[in-house]
Amino acid sequence: MLRFPLLAAGLVLALSGPASSADAPVLTIYTYDSFVSDWGPGPKVKAAFEEICACDLQFVSAGDGAALLARLQLEGKHTKADVVLGLDTNLTDKAAATGLFANHNGIPENLDLPVKWADPIFLPYDWGYFAFVYNRTDVSDPPDSFEALIATPDDFKVVIQDPRSSTPGLGLLLWVETAYGDRAPEIWEGLSPHFLTVTKGWSEAYGMFVAGEADMVLSYTTSPAYHIIAEDDPSYAAAPFDEGHYMQIEVAAKIAGTDQPELADDFLAFMTSEAFQSIIPTTNWMYPAVMPPDGLPDGFHRIVTPEKSLLLPAQHAASVRDAALQGWLTALSK
Amino acid sequence: MSLSAKPSTAMGGLAACLLLLLSFGTLASVTLRADAPSGLSASDWAAVTFTIKQALLSAFLSCVLAIPVARALARRSFAGRRAMIALLGAPFILPVIVAVLGLLAVFGRSGLFSTLLAPLGIGPLDIYGLRGVVLAHVFFNLPLATRLILQGWQAIPAEHFRLAAQLDMTFGTISRHLELPMLRTVLPGAFAIIFLLATTSFAVALALGGGPRATTIELAIYQAFRFDFDLAKAALLALVQFALCTAAATAAWMLAAPAGFGGGLDRPVQRWDANTRAARSLDAGILLLVAVFLFLPLVAIIAKGAPHLLALPQQVIPAAFRSIAVALVSTALTLGLALPLALWITNLKSRSPRLGGAVESIGYLSIATSPMVIGTGLFVLLFLLIDPVSIALPLTAIVNAAVSLPFALRALIPATAQVQQTYGPLCRSLNMSGHWQFRLIIWPRIRRPAGFAAGIAAALSMGDLGVIALFADPDHATLPLVMYRLMAAYNTDAAAAAALLLLCLSLGLFWLFDRGGRVDAEA
Repeated sequence: MLRFPLLAAGLVLALSGPASSADAPVLTIYTYDSFVSDWGPGPKVKAAFEEICACDLQFVSAGDGAALLARLQLEGKHTKADVVLGLDTNLTDKAAATGLFANHNGIPENLDLPVKWADPIFLPYDWGYFAFVYNRTDVSDPPDSFEALIATPDDFKVVIQDPRSSTPGLGLLLWVETAYGDRAPEIWEGLSPHFLTVTKGWSEAYGMFVAGEADMVLSYTTSPAYHIIAEDDPSYAAAPFDEGHYMQIEVAAKIAGTDQPELADDFLAFMTSEAFQSIIPTTNWMYPAVMPPDGLPDGFHRIVTPEKSLLLPAQHAASVRDAALQGWLTALSK
Repeated sequence: MSLSAKPSTAMGGLAACLLLLLSFGTLASVTLRADAPSGLSASDWAAVTFTIKQALLSAFLSCVLAIPVARALARRSFAGRRAMIALLGAPFILPVIVAVLGLLAVFGRSGLFSTLLAPLGIGPLDIYGLRGVVLAHVFFNLPLATRLILQGWQAIPAEHFRLAAQLDMTFGTISRHLELPMLRTVLPGAFAIIFLLATTSFAVALALGGGPRATTIELAIYQAFRFDFDLAKAALLALVQFALCTAAATAAWMLAAPAGFGGGLDRPVQRWDANTRAARSLDAGILLLVAVFLFLPLVAIIAKGAPHLLALPQQVIPAAFRSIAVALVSTALTLGLALPLALWITNLKSRSPRLGGAVESIGYLSIATSPMVIGTGLFVLLFLLIDPVSIALPLTAIVNAAVSLPFALRALIPATAQVQQTYGPLCRSLNMSGHWQFRLIIWPRIRRPAGFAAGIAAALSMGDLGVIALFADPDHATLPLVMYRLMAAYNTDAAAAAALLLLCLSLGLFWLFDRGGRVDAEA
């Protein structure tokens, strides 16, 4: 029986990560999982920043944006994070209230956002619009508003994500809330028969849509750009809605208790530079917060650009969402 | 004490402590970390009600359907039987997202059946709702129930059936005297374990449940953590989940009759009573139906992944090796904990059934605990001592072992109880104990369930995203995590190929261990 503890101890050593190079200062960035994945922006961002910073950039990943904030709240003041990257404006108010974040050194003047940016703590690095994506070969006449979606035949089905467990799900909740206000419950009731199902996260929903289970899926206007650029498949498109499209702005900020305040500031400055921003479109499939000099990759010119942007101010997002969630739950549970 | 085993008491005690730490320890640490007390809302109670309803239905249907399947497998021998038994393990170990897509490829709106029925003017099939949730849970758990019940059948000594045939007993009499008593010993445990599994389910329930009506307690816990960051509420909900599971386990324990078949000569079973044409066609029909239900979704997964297997991104390979390493460690841990625990429980039960039952219920705790609570609680416990990310893989192996333990115990305890009852007196009279007792008496008789337990542990560990999702070290991803990352990067084809690889590896490991346990077990 003595072998087991030894075996376990050996495996702890063997399986745990390699020790990092001791000399260079380490900048620890907490972010969501798809950012650090080999197919996300993480590896390229790491390489590009390490070229100029004489430091060791280490990503720590935690689920998605909301899981990231929960992780930070769990760790509190003891967190090892120097920078947190991957919250969005629906979370920033709650994040700021933790008191864990420090102000940034100023907002770059060249931000390309559809809204004016004034947050003293968080800086944007990319953004996008939530939208319903469909396949042109299957749907010839997509709805152009929530009311039109309600009016489609009963067998026109949409997969959405649960606002309690998914960022796009929460985005849709606030989208309807912003567009319809007091009428939101009525809209949800009308939409309810068209929701094929509600999934835990984006991947399940998108997977079901691609497999042909549903006519439309809640995603981003930039999703078709992936299919155009990576798969050379122009058949996917986002349906433009008359009400306008709710935005997601993804942000990062410096942790107040960081032991690398200068490196953290350097990274935030690097984040809105060309080197970082040019990585974003074809890895995170979002719009860069600062347009690179070469502009967007080709496929991005062939996708829908909403005419009207909707976004709740960060201070309101937190207070609106609880009531909106109750309305959503009630309407969809009928 | 008839089967003496001192080391089993120490190791068993250690295993019980680990389980208590992972369940109540993590729950307590989450509670202590909470800022303010919290209460449950109406929608939380709705989640509780839905959870109970779907878990009862799932467990009931899985068990009822598994009885004829296990009987058919127990009394028939046919080409492909072994392969079928091995493949039965497959649905159980699939990552949720893969299983859901596989099920939809068969039963979904654009699935196989809907397509076949369309020319007849029927359909498309609509499986979303409670039926979808139950369908998926039966898909996951029918194979598990079948295996557990099949073991019950195989535990009836061949001599009993021989005697029954000599006495010219009819089908009904054999059922009454041999099969029904056996089912009473096996079914409650199988029911309880599936009830527990269905209770903590959440992604499946949501995806196929059709909307927030299908909110389970686990989703409410998830919401409390990440939407509200209300740790007190999360802990409270986890307690409710505990209470539910304890009630189920207690009921199972009270209903279960002790096994009492006596010993045999460990010969292969022959069933003279089932040699009628009607019985044969019945069994064939049942097996065919089950094969269609369970294997078509697997075929869909294979068909989706196979064309892209060669184009798999290179990152998948090291991830696969990492997953195999974690699975092997986790399997060793599972067996290292489950064997002494099972022997200890058996010994305790022979002295005090109540005490033994209590320890056995500790063995179930790890699946009665919300995975979210285990992960978060461990994080809170470890965070101040050590960077949890740096020990992500060993931690994953340990948690996976704890999660596999209930299945291992479910498989092992009936066998050890049987050995105890049959050979305990012999051992005592020979004054045989310790090493020799284990090698000569116990091991040969529990090798089969031990192999099965090892197979389940390895496969579960392969397929489980588990704590790795919470502590993931970006550079040391496991195969399921890489598969999810491919999906999140829109790369559906590569994700399908990774899922297929995962399926093959999990099944391969399962088969290897399960087969290892049954080497020369069938003459």
